[in-house]
Amino acid sequence: MGYVDDQFSQLHKLQDESSPDFVVEVASLFFDDAEKLINSMARALEQPCVDFKQVDSHVHQLKGSSSSIGALRVKNVCIAFRSFCDAQNREGCMRCLQQVSHEYTMLKSKLQTLFRMEQQILAAGGSVPLE
Amino acid sequence: MTVEHVNGDQFPSGLRVLAVDDDPTCLLLLETLLRRCQYHVTTTSQAITALKLLRENKNKFDLVISDVHMPDMDGFKLLELVGLEMDLPVIMLSGNGDPKLVMKGITHGACDYLLKPVRIEELKNIWQHVVRRKKIDAKDQNNSDNQDKPHNGSGQAEGMGNSDQNGKLNKKRKDQNEDEDDEDDEDDHNHEDPTTQKKPRVVWSVELHRKFVAAVNQLGIDKAVPKKILDLMNVEKLTRENVASHLQKYRLYLKRISCVANQQANMVAALGSSDPSYLRMSSVNGLGNYHTVGGPGQFQNSTFRSFPASGMLGRLNAPAGLGMHGLPSSGMIPMRHAQNSDNTTNDQGKFHPALLPGSHSGNILQGMPTSLELDQLQLNKNITSISELPNTKDNTTFHVSSGFPDARIGFGRSTNPLLDVNNNPLFLEGHPQEAHSNKMFGNQSLMSLNSGSSSRLPDHGRCNDNWSSAVQSSGIQPNSFSLGGDYKQPTLHPGHLRDNLSTMALPIGNSPCDVSSLHPLSNRFQDPKADLQFQAVQDAPCRSNVMFSPLNSAVSINGDVGPLGQCLDTNKTFFHRSNEFDSLGQSNFVDHFSMKINEVQRSSMQASSNLKEGYLMGQQKTQGSYISTSVDSLEDLFMSSMVKEEQDKVLVPEGNFGCSSYS
Repeated sequence: MGYVDDQFSQLHKLQDESSPDFVVEVASLFFDDAEKLINSMARALEQPCVDFKQVDSHVHQLKGSSSSIGALRVKNVCIAFRSFCDAQNREGCMRCLQQVSHEYTMLKSKLQTLFRMEQQILAAGGSVPLE
Repeated sequence: MTVEHVNGDQFPSGLRVLAVDDDPTCLLLLETLLRRCQYHVTTTSQAITALKLLRENKNKFDLVISDVHMPDMDGFKLLELVGLEMDLPVIMLSGNGDPKLVMKGITHGACDYLLKPVRIEELKNIWQHVVRRKKIDAKDQNNSDNQDKPHNGSGQAEGMGNSDQNGKLNKKRKDQNEDEDDEDDEDDHNHEDPTTQKKPRVVWSVELHRKFVAAVNQLGIDKAVPKKILDLMNVEKLTRENVASHLQKYRLYLKRISCVANQQANMVAALGSSDPSYLRMSSVNGLGNYHTVGGPGQFQNSTFRSFPASGMLGRLNAPAGLGMHGLPSSGMIPMRHAQNSDNTTNDQGKFHPALLPGSHSGNILQGMPTSLELDQLQLNKNITSISELPNTKDNTTFHVSSGFPDARIGFGRSTNPLLDVNNNPLFLEGHPQEAHSNKMFGNQSLMSLNSGSSSRLPDHGRCNDNWSSAVQSSGIQPNSFSLGGDYKQPTLHPGHLRDNLSTMALPIGNSPCDVSSLHPLSNRFQDPKADLQFQAVQDAPCRSNVMFSPLNSAVSINGDVGPLGQCLDTNKTFFHRSNEFDSLGQSNFVDHFSMKINEVQRSSMQASSNLKEGYLMGQQKTQGSYISTSVDSLEDLFMSSMVKEEQDKVLVPEGNFGCSSYS
């Protein structure tokens, strides 16, 4: 399964002269936001008495933003994560949290690599194809 | 908003959108997408900020897009507030596509519900919501060509969502009938300089509508032309176009009422409450209407006709946000009734003859408006008595609006066969004996008729009929709440209704109508509660309609008629009603009618309870969320309405909501 889905290419389509760094901007926002959410989830799950609603709310948000950016794998983990929250299954939630964190880290590093490469191409005078 | 300056290539560019989402990623994405569609975008991550921006200048934005899950305020709450205060179209956005949530959005009055990740194709279409709304407003300014060509004026897409009434929103619009009175300037017809491009939306308040109805009645429905109506109304800043558009809607309403009446028991016709505006109109003319009603013979036919009109009013009002505020003009009502009676008679045949003794005809007609509404409600219950109801309605309506307390009483009693409870077992309403507070109006009226004369009921064998009559008598029946929806009705018949819970599905849709009628009724009935109810109803006319409508459809007999006002106010009323209903069932005619009604009500109540939630939500929105108030005991409704009345003075245009649903 790919790390990003079609939504990601949709983002690219939105990038133009008026917003030349749109994709990078959105991705950066996503990274910041995701990290905050993951940390909040971790904190919530560490509590002796876990507030699953709170955790679920964080997961929901992460799901929304990951789907907006096209982070497919992260989103899928979030879906599973939510059902564990509904079931108030702490173990399951912890596992999902780890998975989410893992997927997120992978995604971030890949995207950053991608962006770096794109910048290099652009700096060298080339252009980056949309597809 | 440049929608009006449609420039082929540019339209709908320049649409001013306010985007609210706490997720920065989504917000940025949304903003970019919207800019790509050439809209003007303002973003904020806080709902509170969004409200502040909107309140600062209502005309600064054309559309609001909001996320559902936000930390500082629930998206639905924001939706309601925006719908109420600013009457702007709102689109919901969420990562969760659960139909229940989508439904919730609709009932709170959302124009649309998008799922994340949002696609640009979807955003390219959002302008339609703005245009649709503007069209509704613009209709008021159409020339009078329309007046003779009924189009689907009732198709106003209230933000409803229901209404939501949506709401309707609903918004509830509810509109949500809804507690919110986004029409804070409802009494201002044109709050802006008419020469500005963006013509101010004319709010057909209860008062205004009443005048309108009075004028129409005075002229005669066939001869009523916008110019003359406008002159008669003598309202500043109201243009002929506004009147023309309103008239058109009104006619559609009447037509619809008549159709409904045909299908349903007379009750519906009688009550004609479906259209509060209608009622109002009737009430205004109150006495005058009687004339229009014509003789008993005519009455029947005419009454039916009149109903449709009233029904229309509800609808008419709804879009225009007139809501049912206005007290049903007595004038209108009678007319309506007459029309309804025709319809009803046709259908039921019993309608008139039984109830309307010659003299009554006048009343009946008046009551008709309610019946019109009833028709909508599906009073199939053979509400022969419905015709009677109209009387009651009239009485009520008149009282309410026209303040002809005396007249009303007379009507109810003497003139309206229906009303004269004494004479007609069917008449529930008019009869002070019933002393049932208004609560029951809609349904009760029928019931009361039955109950009042409980012994009589069996005679008439009209349990069904009674319903209709009751419903009709309730006159107040807000829009087509067929029995079930009578919420409004109850208000009309202060006395009878109470016991009769006959939830004659008075078309509650017209809640506003009922409200108005309530007042007068209270006088009549000497029932303190009735008074209260009326008042409450009056205030909340708008709401009731909205609320009831859905119920009506759901429960034909809900008989919750309860005061309209109450409906608006809250869900409480609805709830109450259901409670009472049960108890009511025990009242008088419980034997026959109550049984029926109870059954109906129960079923409706159940149905409505489901709806209730929806409505409640809608109500708040006033966006037309018709909250299917379950069959709450009318009494409670009244009481609550009374209480609420003070709180909610705002008439919500929910009437629209309700009306639409009727149609």
